[in-house]
Formats: sequence, structure tokens, C-alpha cells
Amino acid sequence: MDGISLNLFLGVGALLFVCGVLCMTTKRNAIGVLMGVELVLNGANINLVAFSKYGTLGLDGQIMSLFVIVLAAAEAAVALAIVLSFYNNHRTVDVDQASELNG
Amino acid sequence: MSPEIYTQIGSQLMWLLTAAWLLPLFGFMIEIFGGYWSPRTSKTPAYIAVGCIGTGFVLSLFALGIWVKAAEIDLLAFGGDEAHAVAHDDHAAEHEHPVAHDHDRADGHDEAHEHDEHAEAGHHEHGEDEHSEDAHGEGEHSHQDEDHHEHAVASHGHDSHAGNDPFKTAFAGTFYRLGKFGSLDVTLDWYIDGLTVLMFAMVTLIATCIHIFAIGYMSDELTEKYEDHFVHNADGSHFHRVGRFYRFFAYMSLFCFSMLGLVLAGNIFQVFVFWELVGVCSYLLIGFYVERKTASTAANKAFIMNRVGDFGFLIGLMIIWTWFGVFQFAETNPETIGEAGLFQMVRNSAGELETKGEGAEKTVVLQARQGIHKEHPVHATAATEIPYWLLVAAGLGIFAGCVGKSAQFPLQTWLPDAMEGPTPVSALVHSATMVAAGVYLVGRFYPMFTPEVLLVIAYAGCITLFVGATIAIVATDIKQVLAYSTISQLGYMMLALGVGGWLAGLFHLITHAFFKSLMFLCSGSVIHGCHHEQEMTKMGGLYKKMPITCWAMFVGVVAISGLAIPVLLVPKLGALAFSGYHSKDAIVASALTFSNLNPNHSLLFFMPLITAGITAFYMFRMWFMTFFGKPRDQHIYDHAHESPRVMTVPLIVLGFFAAFCAIGGENGPLAQLILTTEPTHLANGFESAGSVALSFPSHHQIHDNHATAGTVALLAALLGTLLAYLFYGAKLVDTDLMKRQFSGIHEFLREKWMFDELYDWMWVRPVHVVSSWAVAFDKQVLDRFLHFLSYLVVSISSWDRKFDEAVVDRIVNAVGETTFSIGRSLRVVQTGRIRQYVTFIALSVVSLFVLLFVFLPR
Repeated sequence: MDGISLNLFLGVGALLFVCGVLCMTTKRNAIGVLMGVELVLNGANINLVAFSKYGTLGLDGQIMSLFVIVLAAAEAAVALAIVLSFYNNHRTVDVDQASELNG
Repeated sequence: MSPEIYTQIGSQLMWLLTAAWLLPLFGFMIEIFGGYWSPRTSKTPAYIAVGCIGTGFVLSLFALGIWVKAAEIDLLAFGGDEAHAVAHDDHAAEHEHPVAHDHDRADGHDEAHEHDEHAEAGHHEHGEDEHSEDAHGEGEHSHQDEDHHEHAVASHGHDSHAGNDPFKTAFAGTFYRLGKFGSLDVTLDWYIDGLTVLMFAMVTLIATCIHIFAIGYMSDELTEKYEDHFVHNADGSHFHRVGRFYRFFAYMSLFCFSMLGLVLAGNIFQVFVFWELVGVCSYLLIGFYVERKTASTAANKAFIMNRVGDFGFLIGLMIIWTWFGVFQFAETNPETIGEAGLFQMVRNSAGELETKGEGAEKTVVLQARQGIHKEHPVHATAATEIPYWLLVAAGLGIFAGCVGKSAQFPLQTWLPDAMEGPTPVSALVHSATMVAAGVYLVGRFYPMFTPEVLLVIAYAGCITLFVGATIAIVATDIKQVLAYSTISQLGYMMLALGVGGWLAGLFHLITHAFFKSLMFLCSGSVIHGCHHEQEMTKMGGLYKKMPITCWAMFVGVVAISGLAIPVLLVPKLGALAFSGYHSKDAIVASALTFSNLNPNHSLLFFMPLITAGITAFYMFRMWFMTFFGKPRDQHIYDHAHESPRVMTVPLIVLGFFAAFCAIGGENGPLAQLILTTEPTHLANGFESAGSVALSFPSHHQIHDNHATAGTVALLAALLGTLLAYLFYGAKLVDTDLMKRQFSGIHEFLREKWMFDELYDWMWVRPVHVVSSWAVAFDKQVLDRFLHFLSYLVVSISSWDRKFDEAVVDRIVNAVGETTFSIGRSLRVVQTGRIRQYVTFIALSVVSLFVLLFVFLPR
């Protein structure tokens, strides 16, 4: 573990983040978008844990990441419920169809 | 006298009279608050009122008994006619009972009421028993230390104080000190002498009779829905309201309380307070039918005219306060006697004014301030003398108050209008209470009056008695006749007081109270029997319908006319006559003596003499017109009826007193009682007094003229009676023809000597003129200024409006419009596509990072 530097962790986190963002922007399936969100959150988690290991955060960073995991679970539950409800109403999970809140 | 016995008698009298004074107030409280919440058909307020005033009468009788004993008047000494004299007081007590019982029988359906009434009667009985026991005990007591007692009261003020006190027996003291302002003590005092006690007995007796009478007279008001036939609504129907029975009796109780307080008051300021209370009560009662325009105006008139007199009263009070520094009549505490007290200040031990200097410099020495009555530190700043003219002014001021209250010329016009009140009120106002207050105060304040003031009093009375009597000749309203006769009789009293006949004036006050209240109640009975018809031109022949009223009225008419049958067999009795003869005789005798001594003022004798004839004429005219001849209005005659017993019994009681209260004349018990209080300086008269050089008659001189005066007065009265009989009884003279013949005079008298018109012209018109000027000033100057101001304000605000519209509104609108247009243009970005949003967010974050890296210094 000692040979691995902080930059590597940050690189993995950034990769995950970019993958997540790309997933969110390109996927038309709502489930896919949700998966993108999970990727983004976990990218952030890796950053937090890395900073807790190498920075001055100490255990705070890890506890923050635990919070984020719990939050992600809750968010996924709510989002899936919304998706289900949307599906019941529109017979589709295509987020491009959900444009009723346009200006 | 021994101070212990003096103090003991004083406190006995004080407690009795104070209780008699406060009982009506207590009754008033219960009636006014309790009556409001109880049903309007309840007679309880009346029973409470009668109970209170009746108990007050019994207490006053005890006080009278104590006084008679203390002053050691031998009531039997007037001519061997013991039976009458003894009967006098006892009758009064006995008469209380039949009245209460009758009233019970007639009206006491309600058990509760009956109970009340019995309790009341029981109380009376109990009281009487006590009285007799008391009298018994007292008898023994006086037997034991006879020397002591005998010497005691009679000599008070003569021996023991060795010239300290120029006045006969009087008791005075203080209830309560309201406050001390500098040297001025404002206190609630009491002052009791023969006059006080007698007034208490008279007022409470008459008020009791009137209260009982009113139970019958006011029974119309015992309803939830009283119909006032004299008030019309806008649609022509009669006015309806709830009955005000309880309120009537509450006001009557308050009235009695005020009058008794006035009589008991021990200082002139307190007199003024109760004076005003009496005025307020008369206002409330005269305006009892407040919905009638005439009644409310009459109440206002009475009140305002009295205020005119009270203005003088206030000036008198101010002079007294400034120069004397005390308001108390007299200081009678054996310890401190002579230190203060108005009477003891002005009069020396012989009862005379001590003057210094002449002309404008003339002053009156204030005796008490000289330290001659008793060694005491003289107040450093207090005046020791008062300018003579200021004493005259003070006397005239106080008398001005009496002029208003006793309806003397020139303030007499309120009294006939006061007839708008219910008849029992007229009876009370015109006999025992309101108008008596003025005469009473002149009598009470007599030592303060200088000869000049007395002359004014005499002439005021002289004019009043003639004016009143002449108007009464032509009046056709039965109550108006009595009202004008009241004015005339009050004039007699004032005249008597003014010419030095102190006894005669107050004697007439008492006798007049009895026969005038009797006649008013009779007229009330007639009005009640004729269903509220007051015009004598619609009456006639009522003798057959209401005999009791007729004969009661006859007693009153004979009494006021002063008719008598000379009796030679009982020389000391003088003549067989009703009360009015004796008192009027005394007045005419005083006036005759005065005019003999002062030939310049012989008018003061001839006027009352002529008026005595006129009095008999108009009184018999009223009696004949009402009760005899053919009925002038058959409808009213057919429906007329005798009044119920609750109304006739008071008539009989009052009739008895009107007939016999003055028995024995000036030697009789009543006059002797009044004499116990007469200011000492009067007994021997005085010559060339004051700056007008008047001589006042002594008792002895008056007595010498008694027979002459009595004869001429009786002749005048007989002549008047005869004329009245010829005119209205026998109808030998056609009165309508007379009326046409003297239409000018008749019209003048019908218009009441044009006094109302004169006052209208003298006071009301000028006020109207001045007010029209004020209106013009208002309209031309004040209104224009105000209009200018308002125009200014309007124009300023219109400029302000323009500024608002042009500047403020535009700024606000511009902000709003800008916000709106920005929002409209930002709408385009809000596509609703979630992927686009995410792209924006990502791009924004990236660009933020780029910006941070580029611009943030490291």
C-alpha cells in the first residue's frame, strides 16, 4: 500500500466521476441515469477516503463516506420509486419523455 | 348650665335627627337600585319610602319632645285650653297609625308587603312605647335633680356664658371634617335649635302624608306599559313607556333627604351643598314626565332660574370666606364657645352690630376676633373688622339665593311652570321642601342681615305677594291658582322677615306648609278623580262626587284666607280660627308696626292688607268654581269619582294640622316653640338702624298693634270672601261680562304680568342678537379661514399626487417590468430535459474549476 500515491486514488475517483457524469448525460434510460449517479457518488467517496488516508482529515473522511453511502442508498430507493411511478403513468422510463417541467 | 346635661341633650337630639335625616337616603339607595331590578308592578318602593320618612317623622317627634322639655316651654300656658295643647303632639303620633293601617287594608294584597307593613307598624309601636318609657324616666330624672335641670337649658346663653353667646339655646357640632384649606375648615356640621326641630317635624309629617297620597296618585305608573296621553309619536299614536313608579319614590326620598340635610346643616357651605341637591331633586321631579316637551322645559327653567339666584349665593359665600374664614353658624361647644361661628362674630352680647366709622369707611367689628368671648390666640392674619358694605353685599348675595329658591320677584316665573310635575311633587315642592328652603335660610341667617338687606327682603316680598295674588285671580288651571298663591304666600313670609317679624315669617312658613300641601293634595285628588283634567273651566259641581276632598279643600281655603270668628269668651285664644289666620295676623301686625315706625314704608303694610282680601277672593273663587255650580263639562262630571282611601286619609290628617297647628296664635305652642330660637336682638326692636335709618318693631309694639291688624286683615279677608261668593257662588255678577269690561287688565294678568315676555325681551332676545353676530363672524371670518386652509391642503396633496404618479410609480413599475422580461427570456433554458440539466451542471462545474485555476492566485 505504501507505494501507491494519493494521485492514483484521485485518478480512479476522477475516472469514476467522469464515467458517472457521462452515463448521466448520455443514458436515456432512467435506471441508467441512476447508475451514473451512483458512480459519481462513489467517485467522491474514493476521494474522501483517500484524503482521510493521506490528508489531515483523519477518520472524518471515512465517516463522511459512510454517510454518502447511506445517502446514496436512500436516494436510490426514492429515485426508483419515482421511476416506478413514472413508468406507471407513462409506460416508459425514458427521461427525455419527462419534460413536462419545461419553461 | 351644666355642660354635661347640655352635651347629653345635644347628642340625643343629634342622633335622633341624624337618623331621621339619613333614613330617606337609605331608602333612596334601596329604591333606585332595587326598583330597577324588581317588577314594575311592585308597590314595594312606595312602602320603603313611606317607612323611611314615617320613621323619620317619629324620630323627629321624639326630638321635638326633648326640645320642648329642654327649652322648658309651657305648652299649656296659652289660655287654659289644656286639652288642645296636649292633644297637639299626641295626635301627631296617633295619626301615623291609622294611615299605615288603612294603607295596608287598601293595597296590601301582596303578603310580602303586608309583612313589611306590619313590621313597620310594629316598629312604630315599639318606638312609641320606648318614648313613653323614656318620658317617664325623664320625668323622674328631672324630679331628682330639678334645680339642676331647670337652671340648665333655660339659662344657657344667658347666665353661664356671661354674655359670650348672644343666642338662645342651640346645639352645634361637627360630623366629619372634609378638608382643611388654609384657615378654612370645610366640615359637615349640625346645628340644632327650635327651628331645626320644628322644621324636621313639619317636613317629615307632610312628606309622609304626601308619600302615602302618592301611592294612590301614581298608581297609573304601576305597569310595564304606561301610555302617556300628552305625548304623541310621529304617527299620531300615544307614547308608550315602562312605568316609573319606583323612580318617583326614589326621587321623593332623595328630595326629603336633601331638605332635611339643608335644615340640619351647621354651616352655610353645607347649606349650599344641600341647597343644590334640593335643586337637582326638583329638577328630576318637575321633569318626571320627561317625554313631555313642557315638562322638560319647565324642569330646565326651574333649574336655570335657581342658578341665577345661586350665583348671588356664591358671591355671598366668597365674601364670608374671605372676611370671616369660617362657615359655621355658631360655636356652641361649652369649652370653646365664642371662638368661631358667623353669628357670634357679627353680633355682640346684646345681639347688636358694633360699627366703627362712617360712610364708606364704616366697618363692623367681628366680635370673636376681638378675643372678648374667650381668651384665645387671635389668628394673626384674620380680619378683625369687615367693611359694612361688604356685609350688606354678602347678605344680599345670600338673599339672592333665597329669591331663586323661594320664587321671589324677580325670579318667580319658574314656580308656575313647575306644575308640570306630578301633583304630589307640587305639593312637596311648594309647601315643605324646595320653596320653604329659601324662607328657612333667611330665618336661619337672620343675624347676618343688616337693616338695608332686610328692607330689600321686605320689598321683594311685598312685590311678590301682590304680583302672585293678582295673577291667581285670573288663572283657570287649578294647580296654577295654587302655584300663584304659593308665590304670594312666600312673599308674605319674606315681607314679615324683612320688617322684623321673624316669628311671624317662620310661623307662616309652618302653617302655610300644612294648608298648602293640603290644598295641593286636594287638587291632586280632584285631578285624579277627573282623569287628569286640570282646567277649572271644565269642572264644577264636584261637591256631590267628592265630598271629602271638597271639605278638606274648604279647610285649606279658610286657613289660607285667614277667616276667623272672633271669640270673646276665651280672651287669650283671641279668635276661633284656622292656622292661616294666626300667622297672617302676625305678619300684618308686624307690617303695621313697621309702617307706623317708618311712615315712608307704609306700602309694606297696605300691600299685604289688600292682598289678604285678594287671597280670600281667588281661593274661594277656586273652591266655588271647582266644587259648586253646574257641571261645565258633563262628560268629566259623569266620570268623576272620589279618590281611594289611601289618598283621602292624608287629606284628613293634613286638614287637621292645617286647622289646628297654630292654635292659640302667638301665645300658642307652635309660636312659642319658634320663639325659643328667635335672635335676641329682635325682642326689643331697634331704632334708626343702618344707613337707611330704619326702626324695627319690638315684640311689645307688635303686640300693641295686634288687635288692630287682626281686625283689618279679617275685614279684608271677609270682603274678599264675600266678593268671591257673589261672583262665583251666588253668580250675581256675570264674570264673562267683567272679563270683557276689563279685557286689558285681564289679558295682562293672564299673561302673568308679562314677566316671561319681559325676560324674553331682556335676556333671550339680546342673546339671540349676540349669537346672530357670532354666527356672522363664524361664517364670514372663521369659516373662510378654514375653507382657505382646506383649499391649501387639497392643492398641496394634488401636487403630491402628481409627483407620486410621475416619479415613484414609474420607478416601481420599471423594476417590475425588468424582472418580468428577464424571467421571460430565461424561460428558454428551462427545457425539462434532465440530461441537458446534468450536462449544464457538469459543464458549469468544469468551467468553475477552470476559472478558479486561471484566476485564483496561488
